[in-house]
Amino acid sequence: MSIYLPIAEMSANVFVLLAIGAAVGFLSGLFGVGGGFLITPLLIFYNIPPAVAVATGANQVIASSFSGALAHFNRKTIDFKLGGVLMAGGMVGSLGGVYVFSLLRAKGQLDLFVSILYVVFLGTIGGLMLWESIGALRKARAGVTTSLKKPGQHNWIHRLPLKMRFRASKLFVSVIPILALGAFIGFLASIMGVGGGFIMVPAMIYLLKVPTNVVIGTSLFQIIFVAAFTTVAQAVTNQTVDVVLAFLLMVGGVAGAQYGAKAGQRLRGEQIRALLAGLVLIVAIRLAVDLFIEPASPYSVVTQGMV
Amino acid sequence: MRVLAVFTLVIPMLAILTGASFAQQPEKPKESIQIGLSTDTIQITSGFTGTDLTIFGAVDNLDPEISRQGHYDVIVVLEGPNRTATVRRKERFLGIWINRQSRNLPEVPISYSMAMTRPIQDIAPESTMAQMAIGVQNFPFARTPQGPRDSRTHEFATALLELKQKSGLYKERPGSVRFLSLNLFRASVALPANVPVGTHTARAYLFRNGVFVNGVTASLGIVKSGLEAEISRISRDNSFAFGLFAVALAILTGWLGRVIFRRD
Repeated sequence: MSIYLPIAEMSANVFVLLAIGAAVGFLSGLFGVGGGFLITPLLIFYNIPPAVAVATGANQVIASSFSGALAHFNRKTIDFKLGGVLMAGGMVGSLGGVYVFSLLRAKGQLDLFVSILYVVFLGTIGGLMLWESIGALRKARAGVTTSLKKPGQHNWIHRLPLKMRFRASKLFVSVIPILALGAFIGFLASIMGVGGGFIMVPAMIYLLKVPTNVVIGTSLFQIIFVAAFTTVAQAVTNQTVDVVLAFLLMVGGVAGAQYGAKAGQRLRGEQIRALLAGLVLIVAIRLAVDLFIEPASPYSVVTQGMV
Repeated sequence: MRVLAVFTLVIPMLAILTGASFAQQPEKPKESIQIGLSTDTIQITSGFTGTDLTIFGAVDNLDPEISRQGHYDVIVVLEGPNRTATVRRKERFLGIWINRQSRNLPEVPISYSMAMTRPIQDIAPESTMAQMAIGVQNFPFARTPQGPRDSRTHEFATALLELKQKSGLYKERPGSVRFLSLNLFRASVALPANVPVGTHTARAYLFRNGVFVNGVTASLGIVKSGLEAEISRISRDNSFAFGLFAVALAILTGWLGRVIFRRD
């Protein structure tokens, strides 16, 4: 059954879109990530214009992170104060990102920039995760039990001024790195159409030393707001949010996520991380290949006033 | 395939005006051409996959002798709205294909669909077609280059024509104008799936022995109808409210998904 996507201005198969949503939702539930970094490239592979894929990805992220944050709200694993500060930075970053987005689009460099960002971030994070999880798997096989490095040792971040106390996270830390991290993720969120959880979570654990139990809930909580802000900003400046497309992805996504979370309980942590790393690297390689192979035609046409 | 629009016949109008002034010389009145559109707007729905548009027309005062020899030709063109188009060219930079150069070409018809009795080169010489700007290669932006700077722009214009032809937006169909009788003809022009909305212009040209004798123009609006068209309109006219709606929809879906599919 095919449906016409009003903003992307093309016909697409309903079941393919629901399946993309469900598959990504399943993985996001399994791995505890938003899934925006998979949705946007998949949509681009499915010939959705990158500008639409990115803006619609942000819209889809709201649904999956809201759904996920509700579970953490019940478990009281959200640090609202920390989330609020990250969010303040995030909105500034998102605004900057949307501005850069329309600038690049006018210059015809948006597709390239989005692809490069994906290749760099997915490649780096996927590579690091794979390295770490393979090491952990080897040790597990050898019978050595290891735990993640305990937070506690202070680094340069803890010597910055403007300190603030975050009770839920048991932290007393400067707001500067938190605002900066929020702004950086917000910037990426609006250009890449992601929630940014895959960067936010490690950054919170390793840089800010936030206790692991509140990291995912807090990250999801603030992503809702940054993604919502990004969606509105994209709708106003670029008019590239396709609600029909986003809705189909969301429906598949929220259903898949709950089953993914269930399946995740049966796998061990390092196995999940190795699988996720493999997946992230495959997406990165696929995007990288497209950058290097010669296009069918070096020319492309954009008509004024059309997507 | 649905028939998109039905076109009426135009009752042949006699060219009385010209006849009166040439009273003493019994010269025949000039040949004329008419086309009839039964509607001034066509609505396309969201599932539109392209179709053929049939345009009926009539010619008058044809010389029966020339007509019998088949030396009258008709070209019918349906031209989409004109816009500025930006053409970009990718070049290899550090191994990566990057858009480097670009040209803005003014007044480019988004679509251009041509139907004619015979291949264009058999109807009239190239110079006539160029003079009348008939055919995609005779658009002002695609003209033969004048200088070195112009010739580089010409490469972009040529690439634009190729891309448009490949996407089906520019189409030429020899043999798709047929005479049904001595005076009536039927033209079948392509409306591709990606036909742009807006005001299109239908033009008909009559040629005799390779010489242009008469032409006629009519306009035709193409609009999108249905829910999807409405969504696209709101996203442009009321973008802030549209953004808020998208957010609200996502929140609602996320909440419902949690309630319905909850597994923990």
